[in-house]
Amino acid sequence: MSARTAQQLVEEVLAASTADGCVAYVVESTEANLRWASNSLTTNGAMRSRQVVVVSFVDGGAGMAAGTVARTGTPDVAALVAASEQAARDAGPAEDAVPLLSEVPPGAGDWDADPAETSIEVFTEFAPALGEAFGAARGRGDLLFGYAEHSLTTTYLGTSTGLRLRHDQPSGRVELNGKSTDFSRSVWSGVGTRDFRDVSVPDLAADVERKLGWSQRRVELPAGRYETLLPPSAVSDLMLYAYWTMEARDADEGRNVFARTGGGNRIGDRLAQLPLTLRSDPAEPGLETATFQVVGSSSGAASVFDNGMATPAVDWIRDGVLTNLVRPRAWALRTTAPAVAAVDNLVLESPDGTATQDEMVAATDRGLLLTTLWYIREVDPQTLLLTGLTRDGVFLVEGGEVTGAVNNFRWNESPVDLLGRITQAGRTERTLPREWNDWFTRAAMPPVRVPDFNMSSVSPAS
Amino acid sequence: MPQPRDVDESFLALPLSALTEAALTRAVDLGCEHADLRVERIRTQSISLRDARLEALTDGEDLGLAVRVVHEGTWGFAAGVVLTAAEAVRLAEQAVAVAQVSAAVASDRVELAPEPPHEGSWVSAYDVDPFEVPDAEKTGLLTEWSERLLAADGVEHVQSGCTHVKEQKYYADTAGTRTRQQRVRIHPVFDALTVDRATGAFESMRTLAPPVGRGWEFVTGGHWDWDGELAEIPELLREKTKAPSVDPGRYDLVVDPSNLWLTIHESVGHATELDRALGYEAAYAGTSFATVDKLGSLRYGSPLMQVTGDRTVEHGLSTIGWDDEGVEAQRWDIVRDGVLVGYQVDRNTARLGGMTRSNGCAFADSPHHVPVQRMANVSLQPAADGPDLAGLIGGVGRGIYVVGDKSWSIDMQRYNFQFTGQRFYRIEGGELAGQLRDVAYQATTTDFWGSMRAVGGPSTYRLGGAFNCGKAQPGQVAPVSHGCPAALFEGVSILNTVQEGGR
Repeated sequence: MSARTAQQLVEEVLAASTADGCVAYVVESTEANLRWASNSLTTNGAMRSRQVVVVSFVDGGAGMAAGTVARTGTPDVAALVAASEQAARDAGPAEDAVPLLSEVPPGAGDWDADPAETSIEVFTEFAPALGEAFGAARGRGDLLFGYAEHSLTTTYLGTSTGLRLRHDQPSGRVELNGKSTDFSRSVWSGVGTRDFRDVSVPDLAADVERKLGWSQRRVELPAGRYETLLPPSAVSDLMLYAYWTMEARDADEGRNVFARTGGGNRIGDRLAQLPLTLRSDPAEPGLETATFQVVGSSSGAASVFDNGMATPAVDWIRDGVLTNLVRPRAWALRTTAPAVAAVDNLVLESPDGTATQDEMVAATDRGLLLTTLWYIREVDPQTLLLTGLTRDGVFLVEGGEVTGAVNNFRWNESPVDLLGRITQAGRTERTLPREWNDWFTRAAMPPVRVPDFNMSSVSPAS
Repeated sequence: MPQPRDVDESFLALPLSALTEAALTRAVDLGCEHADLRVERIRTQSISLRDARLEALTDGEDLGLAVRVVHEGTWGFAAGVVLTAAEAVRLAEQAVAVAQVSAAVASDRVELAPEPPHEGSWVSAYDVDPFEVPDAEKTGLLTEWSERLLAADGVEHVQSGCTHVKEQKYYADTAGTRTRQQRVRIHPVFDALTVDRATGAFESMRTLAPPVGRGWEFVTGGHWDWDGELAEIPELLREKTKAPSVDPGRYDLVVDPSNLWLTIHESVGHATELDRALGYEAAYAGTSFATVDKLGSLRYGSPLMQVTGDRTVEHGLSTIGWDDEGVEAQRWDIVRDGVLVGYQVDRNTARLGGMTRSNGCAFADSPHHVPVQRMANVSLQPAADGPDLAGLIGGVGRGIYVVGDKSWSIDMQRYNFQFTGQRFYRIEGGELAGQLRDVAYQATTTDFWGSMRAVGGPSTYRLGGAFNCGKAQPGQVAPVSHGCPAALFEGVSILNTVQEGGR
């Protein structure tokens, strides 16, 4: 596509650098998507982009400073390097300054190979299958809505300390929403994927059809605390919020839910009654992700000085006990604690979690079975109280069977508090977070049982 | 008199005519009934400081082009980053290929509401381009102000920063429209945090300064009282930490425009997007209770409620010259005397909604994304002879005055919402009687707007807004402003957020 390859651009930037240190990375990305509404395709697209990012490190005498400049396409290398060096000189010493890494992390990829790509052809089998599902839905008098997306990003990271790292990241997601023609009944099914070869439109359509069937009988219930079965998607959206809050520095400074009263953080505290483990692993089958960090901008969770840092498997909560928090190297040095990088996947599991969601329904005398959660926002950071809605299927379970669909609710709950109240976790399976899948698609979660989920008020939405 | 600005020469120097000729000619040759080309360059700088020390300074520029076609009644879209005629031709071909893959499973026929061709340039109202101010000057001022806040008694941490954006856009279509636009926006934020180690409690308070369609002069030029706001935050924060926890129940609320803009955004702005009402966002952003069959009859709120949509207000974040389908910026009524009378539309949904012309609400957040219907500046009009803030508060026996936005959430049909704020004050006998803690207000849209008993006068009117309104798949963000006066709402449900958490 361009005269110069990503690898050549990285080398040109590093060669042009006059700073005390330099990190350059190029992200080559391709994406294809289809969107549909009311049994018909609506928008779609095929996109290709390249981002070039330069982080310069300049020692102004009082300490190392950093500046980041990013451009799309094939920018003028000299101008880009000069701009990032100027930004670093203007910045003043960085609090997160530590020497750049030179140790090669495991799984660094084939530097010389061309970037991986996707295209609209990834949907060659998916699109006709979707067309058949539209036809079947039309025949039943139902409407299908949804979205499918596949992307491939190849990142080439080079540093002035000699690292040359490459990672290919395929990501994909499908959401299928079924409605009755008057929109009064609405259900959802979704899945994450690496390559769409494991996506079965008939399976998704069957799940939607089953839930629309459950919705034939409508039951009105008031707000209140209910025994509630949360399916893997709902669990993932709650656990992701807890994960994104797991910053050691915030906890150490007393300003998040993982802060210990009196000082320090809550590592070592039991958060869950059950021996639940919340973990990330770049090698998790089906959820594979980068084995090293790529950081364009420092925050409490990551540092530009940590580019190339290995991201090994990590347990955040082990057997119910808070075990790790995300900690850039500089803060690790300040607090004599291990540096821990966030990983782009998340797994929750229980050693005795064998029950399927259907088995958990069968073991429920009376309770609610949710489908997904929506519009999740933080209400109180001190307890990590979140608010949100139930969406696309709240089902009443009576005597071990689904007996109807209930109105939606606004809920107020803290995922950290919920961990302590989960009384059963089933079998962990790959799932798609409904709320957060724009940012996060690699999750595996169990369905869980909560005896007293707080449904704060009724939502008339369907 | 300053000369009216033109779009930057460095953007106009891009091969816009050659790309247009290449893309549109190829699209027409391939049988497209409509084709458009967008070339966009978006510069974004984010400066963030943690405890008055620079945490990150990132400067990004996104330059690319996109071709969108209607081919045999089906959309096709392709985007790239190489600005050559050959790439423009390739994108036109790829957009047609995408339309052909889609055609097999598309039954809706795309037809665009007509729009006369336009030719011209438009630049938003700003004085100082933030990208022409040296970085050291920007970070220096942010650091100095953060230090001032951090030095105050009781303030343990300060999170602060500024994001500014310069958006340049060229649009050309097969009807002959050729437009060049440039706009600038800025959002400085300072958030003070206090921590009580002994109890584990922490509390924060953020500046109310909204994001605006202005340049660096918003920071330095007397448009906002930064000195005053930074000086009062520590004492307000101290008062908040010592305030009593609210008793849940029903209260009359006086809602300040610094909070009400977001309630308007969520419960009126999104609910009156025609693509949502028609179901195009049904699987993602959601639908709307304000369905098309209710246009002209739905009682949205009390007869005092007058809401307009516009893309024209000076310094508004969704203000433009022409939208991303070449439609001229307009202003129109959405709610008149409490009744739903209008929607926000793009050219395809205008036709589906039986309208003869789009009101110019198509927007794509980058050259990589397809334009979708996005929000205009949706604003609640003040009452010409309405009371000032003291007058509104003076009319309340027992109530709460809500200031500043914080947490927000609303359901997928825009009925049930819950909001918190930066500060809540008890109102007793028409007077403010100190702050309250742990407050959230919860309501159903039409109940809430139906309970609006008084609308403040022009002296209470402010423009609020956000940079980060999300919609569509793939996800897009859009900036938007909302003007509103302070207003009084009767008998709104107040929750205690600590009790909600089961404590």
